[in-house]
Amino acid sequence: MFEIKDKTKIAPDIYRLEIEAPLIAKKFKAGQFIVLRPLETSERVPLTIMKTDPQAGTITLIVKAIGLSTRQLCALEKGQTVADLLGPLGKSSEIENYGTVVIVGGGVGTAVAFAVAQSLKEAGNRIITISGARDQSFVILEDDLREISDELIMATDDGSYGVKGFVTEQLKGLYARGEKIDRVIAAGPLPMMRFISDITREHNTPTVVSLNPIMVDGIGMCGGCRALVGGKIVFVCVDGPEFDAHQVDFDSLMRRNNAYRGIEQEKEHACKLEAEIETVQHDQ
Amino acid sequence: MTNNPLPLKDRMQIQRHTMPAQAPQKRVSNFNEVNQGFSSELAREEAQRCLQCKDAPCSQGCPVHVHIPDFIDQILAGNMLGAADAILQDNLLPAVCGRVCPQEKFCESRCVLGKKGNPVAIGSLERFTADSTAADRAARPQGEKPAPTGKKVALIGSGPSSLACAGDLIRFGHEVTVYEALHAFGGVLIYGIPEFRLPKSIVAYEVDVLRRLGVKFEKNVVIGKTLTINELFDEQGYDAVFIGAGAGLPNFLGIPGEELIGIYSSNELLTRVNLMKAYQDQSVTPIFNFKDKVVAVFGAGNTALDSARTSLRLGAKEVHIIYRRSEEEMPARHEEVEHAKEEGVKFTFLAAPLEFLDNGEGWLKGVRLQRMELGEPDASGRRRPLPIEGSEFTLDLDLTVIAIGNGSNPLLRDTPELQFTRRGTLEVNPESLQTDKAGVFAGGDIVTGGATVISAMGAGRQAAQSINDYLSQL
Ligand SMILES: Cc1cc2nc3c(=O)[nH]c(=O)nc-3n(C[C@H](O)[C@H](O)[C@H](O)COP(=O)(O)OP(=O)(O)OC[C@H]3O[C@@H](n4cnc5c(N)ncnc54)[C@H](O)[C@@H]3O)c2cc1C
Ligand SMILES: Cc1cc2nc3c(=O)[nH]c(=O)nc-3n(C[C@H](O)[C@H](O)[C@H](O)COP(=O)(O)OP(=O)(O)OC[C@H]3O[C@@H](n4cnc5c(N)ncnc54)[C@H](O)[C@@H]3O)c2cc1C
Ligand code: SF4
Ligand code: SF4
Ligand code: FES
Repeated sequence: MFEIKDKTKIAPDIYRLEIEAPLIAKKFKAGQFIVLRPLETSERVPLTIMKTDPQAGTITLIVKAIGLSTRQLCALEKGQTVADLLGPLGKSSEIENYGTVVIVGGGVGTAVAFAVAQSLKEAGNRIITISGARDQSFVILEDDLREISDELIMATDDGSYGVKGFVTEQLKGLYARGEKIDRVIAAGPLPMMRFISDITREHNTPTVVSLNPIMVDGIGMCGGCRALVGGKIVFVCVDGPEFDAHQVDFDSLMRRNNAYRGIEQEKEHACKLEAEIETVQHDQ
Repeated sequence: MTNNPLPLKDRMQIQRHTMPAQAPQKRVSNFNEVNQGFSSELAREEAQRCLQCKDAPCSQGCPVHVHIPDFIDQILAGNMLGAADAILQDNLLPAVCGRVCPQEKFCESRCVLGKKGNPVAIGSLERFTADSTAADRAARPQGEKPAPTGKKVALIGSGPSSLACAGDLIRFGHEVTVYEALHAFGGVLIYGIPEFRLPKSIVAYEVDVLRRLGVKFEKNVVIGKTLTINELFDEQGYDAVFIGAGAGLPNFLGIPGEELIGIYSSNELLTRVNLMKAYQDQSVTPIFNFKDKVVAVFGAGNTALDSARTSLRLGAKEVHIIYRRSEEEMPARHEEVEHAKEEGVKFTFLAAPLEFLDNGEGWLKGVRLQRMELGEPDASGRRRPLPIEGSEFTLDLDLTVIAIGNGSNPLLRDTPELQFTRRGTLEVNPESLQTDKAGVFAGGDIVTGGATVISAMGAGRQAAQSINDYLSQL
């Protein structure tokens, strides 16, 4: 079980993985995620399900190797298996025919943006997708997004691909051109989601963000993934991951996601040292 | 029948033995087990204290009625496997219960010796029996397999309630599969109770015993998500289901500043440390730096004490337990309170937090507290704590752990046929432990709210009996 059926590098440090998980493939609804451990010794890593193939029994993940456990995952090759994988976790997106929905995806948040956009498209919505990347090399999932979008705006910070500028400017542009937007869905880095939320608040557009706090169990047991939404504590893994953007306290969430920054780096440093020592010993 | 060489009056002369333990100064810097267990000599002497009471009041105090005089007598006869079997009749996990049961509230509270002096150290003897026979029990040939009934039962969760239920169901000849959401089996025994009180190797041993009996264990399956209860029946072909999903979902205080960084729920701290092994250098799971820090733990149950003592072992300089009632009302095991005091945990009773204070960068720097006094008893029968006006004070802190109990896990709430109480626990028939859905039974913390290992096991066994009755009528 949980064999990696396919692996492609789609951008620097970003991989697309197809993993065998038939029960999850069958159950998945847009917006949900899984928790996996690449190795028996890894952390439990939450990752969005981009899409599934129930016939083949596989799920597709888009992973950015940013820390130890995501790097361990991306170092696994086709044919290898991950130690643990459970899901689908979290609530699925609310899917209705809202009219015109703008989907904003940034970085690996594009994976969840794709899943939600696809379901909204099937429900009859007109989909305008704004996909942001730092530069051309980080542009991901363009073909997938094009297929499910009525309009697709590719934006890069430096203008090396598509239009130049941040996704926020593109959203402002849509309002400026008089687009009637019925709903906005944003998934990506917290600062991006916060800026999007600030813009849509001015226009009174209902907005949903997909939150990505640090998690441990992913099943509502530890409280580590808590966030303040509308002044109340929610557990993102069981109550979310999607929430009304205008109710989310982004400040505390951003601090929480940085809480271990120094500690993680120390751990990694120590692990790398150990690995180096091991190689040295093997070489001798 | 008695194998005690001593006349009654001599038995009463022996003082109760306490287990040797790691010295407090030493143990606060390691995660090894605190209690070291009886030697054979100590166990024998302690066993000799037992008066072999005909009506065995001690057994009445045990939630599963372990035949205490019988197993103690077998120890004196030198028949350790016999002693183990005498316990195993009623209690599948003696190595666990001997360590973690609140004996002072259960078996030992009824021991006649306790009336004038100190009760027999029943828990310690139970532990000794389990530990000293572990290897022999693992090696002995399995008895004949029961005739298969052709019936299949799925168990949700792998905590003590499910383990006990599985143990009985497999002996009845049913096919038994335990589904666990996490990557390790044992429930709170594995992710909650720390290594220094209950070594994880013991839990693994007990799971292996069940495996050898034929119980199947499936990890990474979240019932309600990966598979629903209806699918267990309709697609997976199960004939009955037991829900032992436990508590979970930690409660928070709901006061200002609780979102500050540096505040853990006890479940998060303990899961990082126990399940994810953050106390070991090679673990990749990060944890706040406790070294030389001042830590406050709110609450007074086993979870609070485990969090406090874990904090010390992670290097904290000062650990405070802050409780809004008095020492008398503390629900924790007596031995843990004593151990915590020896280790230097500071207790502040009759104080409640009002607000956590920000260091200006979103990190915790302290807590504002208010003194309390005890008023009239409340619904739980304990005296209600009342705030004393004008008694506010501040405590400087680096880290905080909130250990004020758990709500029930929400994963199964979407199952339409199941009835949940307002507290989120499952409604069951108190006799049969059957839920409102035919063929679905439940027990342990998901029904009672946070309770004890042995009561969860008792419920697991009660459910196994009902499931067996139910299946025989299908
Ligand atoms: C519901 C959900 C869905 C997610 N979906 C995806 C996805 O589809 N693709 C993907 O690549 N990532 C996704 N993430 C983020 C991913 O889980 C983290 O990047 C991963 O856990 C980091 O683990 P690590 O051990 O590699 O890095 P670590 O060594 O743990 O962390 C590296 C750095 O990243 C920070 N960090 C850790 N976790 C997070 C987080 N959740 N958000 C922001 N910063 C974090 C740490 O503070 C640290 O500075 C998702 C997270 C959640 C909660
Ligand atoms: C820190 C701590 C210390 C304690 N100390 C003591 C002590 O010293 N003595 C004592 O007697 N008691 C103690 N207790 C209480 C005792 O551990 C519990 O009462 C007991 O474990 C309850 O057993 P259970 O089988 O009901 O559930 P749990 O032990 O909670 O196990 C439930 C299991 O079900 C799994 N699960 C939940 N939902 C699902 C799902 N939908 N699908 C699949 N799996 C699922 C969970 O992951 C978990 O592993 C302590 C509790 C804690 C938290
Ligand atoms: S199971 Fe617990 S309560 Fe019962 S005899 Fe053993 S230690 Fe005492
Ligand atoms: S009550 Fe005490 S003395 Fe009597 S049988 Fe039980 S353990 Fe022995
Ligand atoms: S990750 Fe533990 S409660 Fe959500």
